[in-house]
Amino acid sequence: MIDRREFLRLTTLGGGAVFASALTGCAGSMMGGSGRDDFMFVQLSDAHWGYKGPANPESQNTLREAVAAVNALPTQPEFIVFTGDLTHSTDDPVERRRRLKEFRDIIGGLSVQTIHFMPGEHDASLDRGAAFQELFGPTHYRFEHRGVQFIAIDNVSDPGASVGEEQIAWLQGELARIDTNTPIVVFTHRPLFDLVPKWDWATRDGSRVITALQSHRNVTVFYGHIHQEHHFRTGDIAHHAAKSLIFPLPAPDSAPTRAPLPWDPAQPNKGLGYRSVDAAGMPAAFALREYPLVRT
Amino acid sequence: MRRTLVAAALISTLAMAGAEPPPVQRVDVVAKRYSFTPAEIVLKRGVPVELDITALDFTHGFKVPDLDIRVDLVQGQVTRVTFTPDKAGRFDFLCDNFCGAGHEEMGGHFVVRD
Repeated sequence: MIDRREFLRLTTLGGGAVFASALTGCAGSMMGGSGRDDFMFVQLSDAHWGYKGPANPESQNTLREAVAAVNALPTQPEFIVFTGDLTHSTDDPVERRRRLKEFRDIIGGLSVQTIHFMPGEHDASLDRGAAFQELFGPTHYRFEHRGVQFIAIDNVSDPGASVGEEQIAWLQGELARIDTNTPIVVFTHRPLFDLVPKWDWATRDGSRVITALQSHRNVTVFYGHIHQEHHFRTGDIAHHAAKSLIFPLPAPDSAPTRAPLPWDPAQPNKGLGYRSVDAAGMPAAFALREYPLVRT
Repeated sequence: MRRTLVAAALISTLAMAGAEPPPVQRVDVVAKRYSFTPAEIVLKRGVPVELDITALDFTHGFKVPDLDIRVDLVQGQVTRVTFTPDKAGRFDFLCDNFCGAGHEEMGGHFVVRD
């Protein structure tokens, strides 16, 4: 948890380790907040359990290292969110379930067991989310935590990366029940905006989701899929991508293809990591801390 | 196989003018996990193109973001994509229906020359 002084220190650090996502016009309110609603959560993403390949020859270790690293944080989060691609894709439905169960067993070692799960396309696109739902529950949902509304949006169960009419109608209905000043955090797997369409870094009907979210003043999106830290704004909405726990991908549109960056045996976890998110005060602004995944 | 016609951009003013129809650049393409064959397609700017794409094993997607083209390639069918490239350069295409572990590798590009 952070207090006002610590938040200011974090937001003035350089090097991209910390990113303050203060909403326009909200920073002053946040700094003067009572602090009663401060909390911290951790975002983990893109574990790709079951991946075997040259981009991470030590893939059997990486997820366990992440569990140990989160457990070693000096302050434990109030909850953890996995923003998709828990497992690496397989055509075999039995193997898919085996990987999901193994993933679930490994993250059972996390000290914090309030965990919200989302699928990525590797988990859900080949069976429209059937195996994921059997083991982890719904692929889109809403929950409240300390005055912040969290909405998980599924843009992967459709292999064409559409959210779809039904879910958009559900989203609009949920938003209609939330005061327009209430802070909203959206979890999703793919970027909702067109980051690099030629790399499939987009959501086919993401613009409709963003339009729906613009009905509210304080919206922040956390997502995965692109295997790197990335920050972007569409209007007043901030979008933050997280690093992966398996292999890094090239910076947006920086290479001919989106092939994984080569594994470096001297730095086997290079480019991997996770983040914590401090929600300070109400209305909420968020201080993001990016943690490299280091050997413990 | 049933033939599906998808017109992305079809220009036909020739009948009115009674002129010689322009040549058409016809290319057969095979889409299967996890490649398009051919993956590089060389085209001439200003000449109409007909792509006949056969999807063998999945309903793949075919998307060319810079040319505003996207279609589903229904498994077991031939999907025709027509357009006329109006600028030279390299234009990437990809499968945008997640088709498996190698999906991210399934792409190619046009090279449009003057």
